[in-house]
Amino acid sequence: MTTYLPPLDDMRFVLAELAGLDQIAALPGFEEATPDLVDSILTEAGHIAEQALAPLNAPGDRQGSKLVDGVVTTPEGWQDALNTLTEGGWNGVAFPAEFGGMGLPNLVNAPIQEMWHSANMAFALCPMLTQGAVNALLTYGTDAQKALYLPRLVTGEWTGTMNLTEPQAGSDLAALRSMATPDGDAYRIKGQKIFITYGDHELTSNIIHLVLARTPDAPPGIKGISLFIVPKFLTNDAGEIGARNDVHCVSLEHKLGIHGSPTAVLSFGDHEGAVGYLIGGLHRGVECMFTMMNHARLSVGMQGLSIAERAYQQARGYARERIQGKPAGWTADGKTGIVNHPDVRRMLMTMKSKIEAMRALVYVSWAAIDGAHSNPDAEQQAKAALMADLLTPITKGWCTETGVELASLGVQIHGGMGYIEETGAAQHFRDARITTIYEGTTAIQGNDLMFRKLLRDKGAAVEGLLADMDQVARQATTLGGPQLGLIGAGLATAVAQTRQAVKWLLDAAAPNAALAAAAAVPFLRLMGTLVGGYQLARAALVSQAKLAAGTDTPDFYTAKLTTAQFYAASILPEVAALTQSIVISSDLVMALDEPLL
Amino acid sequence: MKVLVAVKRVVDYNVKVRVKSDKSGVELANVKMSMNPFDEIAVEEAVRLKEAGKVSEIVVVSMGVAGCQETIRTALAMGGDRGVLVQTDADLQPLAVAKCLKALVDKESPDLVIVGKQAIDDDSNQTGQMLAALLGWPQGTFASKVELGDGVVNVTREIDGGLETVALKGKAVVTTDLRLNTPRYASLPNIMKAKKKPIETVSPADLGVDPAPRLKTLSVEEPAVRQAGVKVGSVAELVEKLKNEAKVI
Repeated sequence: MTTYLPPLDDMRFVLAELAGLDQIAALPGFEEATPDLVDSILTEAGHIAEQALAPLNAPGDRQGSKLVDGVVTTPEGWQDALNTLTEGGWNGVAFPAEFGGMGLPNLVNAPIQEMWHSANMAFALCPMLTQGAVNALLTYGTDAQKALYLPRLVTGEWTGTMNLTEPQAGSDLAALRSMATPDGDAYRIKGQKIFITYGDHELTSNIIHLVLARTPDAPPGIKGISLFIVPKFLTNDAGEIGARNDVHCVSLEHKLGIHGSPTAVLSFGDHEGAVGYLIGGLHRGVECMFTMMNHARLSVGMQGLSIAERAYQQARGYARERIQGKPAGWTADGKTGIVNHPDVRRMLMTMKSKIEAMRALVYVSWAAIDGAHSNPDAEQQAKAALMADLLTPITKGWCTETGVELASLGVQIHGGMGYIEETGAAQHFRDARITTIYEGTTAIQGNDLMFRKLLRDKGAAVEGLLADMDQVARQATTLGGPQLGLIGAGLATAVAQTRQAVKWLLDAAAPNAALAAAAAVPFLRLMGTLVGGYQLARAALVSQAKLAAGTDTPDFYTAKLTTAQFYAASILPEVAALTQSIVISSDLVMALDEPLL
Repeated sequence: MKVLVAVKRVVDYNVKVRVKSDKSGVELANVKMSMNPFDEIAVEEAVRLKEAGKVSEIVVVSMGVAGCQETIRTALAMGGDRGVLVQTDADLQPLAVAKCLKALVDKESPDLVIVGKQAIDDDSNQTGQMLAALLGWPQGTFASKVELGDGVVNVTREIDGGLETVALKGKAVVTTDLRLNTPRYASLPNIMKAKKKPIETVSPADLGVDPAPRLKTLSVEEPAVRQAGVKVGSVAELVEKLKNEAKVI
């Protein structure tokens, strides 16, 4: 099993050259995010990821979280790891200083979170969920709610959860049944919630649940849902812990992966009813939840990147050490690792190129979020918001699907040993598998992209992005050099094919919701593949310029160029096939009568 | 009480070190550099003494190329107060480092100097001892425990036979061993604060030291590749091989 080494060089490159750290640092309030400070922060975050979190990953998987006599225990070391983050102020990187945060951009938080999740995804979910709760409270909390909960959640002294799912209400929130009955200034909540990540544990003195429920006279469907703050322990206004609230962990799920993360079934109101406080106004629960969820979706998209990076490091290390057979075309004397077998190399190149494409996409998405929140120029702000909206489903859907695919390649590179738990490759695959499901399945992301981001504005936002890609493709082709030329041509072709798919979707699928829904996930894959290629083409342009100007690190830029070329030549052509699939086969999806399935 | 801590920028312990093709040294271009782990322990010890109220100021010194600033910043983020960088591109050897430190001690007048017992790049294990000799101060090397008393520093040392405790009178040099403490992770607020802490840059010439190497490196080689072992059939065969082949008994 390899140790995790934070890929700081690529992180720095993406931050500086692709995600525009300097532009984000120029926004009001972000002046402190200078390159050298960010560098110091990433270096230390890297130490924590590598030394404090990563070593707990495999033991945490074996040990898992357990519920014994009503008490949830997390794996050994979890407490120390959480204390390290809390005491170090790492939970509040991107939160306002007035609540104890550091006031840094989300873009700076991105590589830190990437490292936490690469090092130990089952653990990192805990701070991630807390950050989600902070976002909801920041946006919708009253001043009193903010004053009580935010300082403790920002530091991580308490953790937060999101309670949406019920047995009969998964992707369809309209089917929610949990009830919130008014009781003085508060409400009494009754109902059962499932799949609650870090829904119960002993790591902190309190847990703040954010719970979706209906009020008695609420309209049916999603318009009748409200959001409530339900603390595990009731407190006074000063935050001192009081009586146990009527919310209890009934069981923990037995899952395929992320065994260290306690996934709780929570029962609210078995006795007198759990005390809950309305947040964000009556019947506005789904709106509140979506604010929280857009952040959470990008974070889960990032998990796809994180787990792929960890699986890649593991597979690369194994491929270098494992000696087996003589590679085709191998002429050197002596034995060599399977890393020199062309097909193993193909898998590693696929992993490397897609990981670098994902990293760029994820960081660019966070930069768009920062622009959308903090750009004082209304036009720029609107542009960033549009980009963030468009990229969120692509990042969540494509990076998680790709994460699963690459973690699977990681197993494949190990051969039979990959199927054996002791190498660690299997854990990454098992852990990755949840990411395409929670925070909105890939289908939900596909529908979001198709209906809200493509069809609603008749393709305007997508065309805006395609026009940016045209420019990069043109630059690459004109600047020339054999590698850039091929990368530019590959991108130009893919953009042209995407326009065909978009035209067909706007013409033929827009009037036919079933057809559009059938094409949604293929279109999501297409857009992910394309945006990845676009980001790597941008990276190639920068790399060529750096090499031409002379650099201390020519190896990095040479590798970047070849990696981008591999992606353009080997991965990007999938856009053509997906276009074909969308245009020709979308009506075939529902062609078979259901009984014949 | 004022403490001076010296930190060295070395190839990160995770990096697989490669010998340069001309065998003049090891490859340093594009290699991840970090603070020498023994020096991290030195910084941590100074910070703990300060947190315990026994030390008022921690001055962090590093020597070498401009990149050593980062190493000093790391120490400042852990809790150091200010930094001094002795900047030079020269190949610094322990004697030159000790002389520079001596000049800085004369200037800064610390009561205690804490350095790592050795650096993980050249493993010299000389700087602390040379500095103590140049200063005429007592030294407590390979410290696994440091206690400040009244005008005395009690240092528990890790020696071959076990532990030895020495009492150093007056000002002293301490070199740290692995078991002295576990260095902390710098907190995010302290990393941000460290950016504003002052670092003064001087040259060896400013300190009146000629950093020219006194030792000449003839050639740097990779260690020999380990040979496969042999399975023996019996105790008698083992003894025979130890006697006649390995010639160790």
